[in-house]
Amino acid sequence: MKSYASFREIQNDLQRGTISCHDLVRHYLSNIDEKAHLNVFLSVYADEALSRAKEIDHKIKTGTAGKLAGLVVGLKDVLAYKDHPLQASSKILNGFISQYNATAVQRLLDADAIIIGRQNCDEFAMGSSNENSAFGPVLNDIDNTRVPGGSSGGSAVAVMADMCQVSLGSDTGGSVRQPAAFCGVVGLKPTYSRISRFGLVAYASSFDCIGIFSKSVEDVALVLEVIAGADEFDSTVSLQPVQPYSEALHTGNTQKKRIAYIRELTSEALQPEIRENIFRVINKLKQEGNSVEEVEFPLMDYILPTYYILATAEASSNLSRFDGVRYGHRSERTTDLESMYKKSRSEGFGKEVQRRILLGTFVLSASYYDAYYTKAQKVRRIIREKTKEILKKFDFIVMPITPTTAFKIGEHTDNPLEMYLADLFSVQANVVGLPAISIPCGKDKNGLPIGLQVIADDFEELKLLQFSKYIIGLNQ
Amino acid sequence: MKIDRAHLDKIAHLARLEFDEKDAEKMMQDMTAIVDWVEKLKEVNTDGVEPLTTMSYETNMFREDEVKDHLSHERALLNAPKKDNDYFRVPKVIE
Repeated sequence: MKSYASFREIQNDLQRGTISCHDLVRHYLSNIDEKAHLNVFLSVYADEALSRAKEIDHKIKTGTAGKLAGLVVGLKDVLAYKDHPLQASSKILNGFISQYNATAVQRLLDADAIIIGRQNCDEFAMGSSNENSAFGPVLNDIDNTRVPGGSSGGSAVAVMADMCQVSLGSDTGGSVRQPAAFCGVVGLKPTYSRISRFGLVAYASSFDCIGIFSKSVEDVALVLEVIAGADEFDSTVSLQPVQPYSEALHTGNTQKKRIAYIRELTSEALQPEIRENIFRVINKLKQEGNSVEEVEFPLMDYILPTYYILATAEASSNLSRFDGVRYGHRSERTTDLESMYKKSRSEGFGKEVQRRILLGTFVLSASYYDAYYTKAQKVRRIIREKTKEILKKFDFIVMPITPTTAFKIGEHTDNPLEMYLADLFSVQANVVGLPAISIPCGKDKNGLPIGLQVIADDFEELKLLQFSKYIIGLNQ
Repeated sequence: MKIDRAHLDKIAHLARLEFDEKDAEKMMQDMTAIVDWVEKLKEVNTDGVEPLTTMSYETNMFREDEVKDHLSHERALLNAPKKDNDYFRVPKVIE
């Protein structure tokens, strides 16, 4: 079976009867099997997916199939799927079985999508390379000595290597867009609160977003319109109506756009080929009659520290629930209640997770709360206001998603700060809450994919997706 | 700011974590470097700025206080490392 570039092609072939959902699932299962060395899937639900495929094939024949019939999806190991394992790639959740479906998962199932398995990631979604997993690193399919990015590395590689058509991941500081860039696929982080977080393992609750990976903008639009929107299980989720993204994508939007790019794009720290490829797009946008201007963002250097203070603070609080009492790992060396907590947590959490819990505990501790935590909340407001000011004058901000293409496995593992800097361009959208996308934008001299990031204003996913489709068209 | 062993032990206790000699050394180094780095925020003038405390546009969501389906007792206990018929079990707290 061929590798499909979009779900629309799959739907066409299903309608014509040249393929079935059962064939599709077998195709993906055989790719998963063939590329097991990439370490993408932690669980594969082969029999279940095959029998569900048969049911959906029947529904297609009888004309009762849902909107996503034939869509085969993989889930990052941070999304609850009832009666299936869930452990955020951590030893502390060994043996944990989800007792309910995440809202996003429930909506996929209701629309007749097929879930094929659970995907490897950085432990508790903390990482930029997928090297922090209790199950070992995920490898990049283009070059097995390189990382796929993180934390949703498995989800990006699964789409890249045709192990499923779509993956759901999570993006707290770039964890969907950065691996999408390293793997040459499309990755969307919607506006904060656009998709319910119910059933998503919490890392940093004021940043966490469920995100979508696919090979096409059309697929991302379709899945977003199915999973987004109000949900009685998440009191923070937006009540704004969900637009018919997938249909509106084809009506097009021909109006000329005002586009800003940040001055840091000319920075020496950026790999030259990334700069060149992004400027190529910028020049094409100008030729097409759009206005493109350089803007300054003097707060650039403060975005990452703000993110790391607030995200670790929230993580230290969120991860306090892993105490060895109600679920997960409990140490064998337990003597009393306190040693049970300490030993269970120290044995169960990996080093990067412990580092972030400690940092978060530090910035929240009584003597340092104002100097670090409150200070970062204030800077967050300034960063938000300044970014929104740019978006008053421009439709989009265009920037790289990563300073380099996929780096070597082990290249940054000794130095956590060096690894944090890999998120330089991705965290702004999370700190501010804005929707952002990574779309493929050429390759470097080693054939490694480059990603282009586009950021839009709050809840402007439709505009963002239309513009992404337009840019991809320009690039072809 | 230098994070020393006493400081690390205090934070670790608050976070219910513990470190052996070797891990503690590396953790102190990393923490010191990260804390020095985030201190960069002191350069930003935040006089008169209110902290941004929520990212959601929705506030005060009310709903009717109705009894609905919830996680059953059996399911809630299913993932427990130690349990009896009705409860989670932990080491003895009161002598």
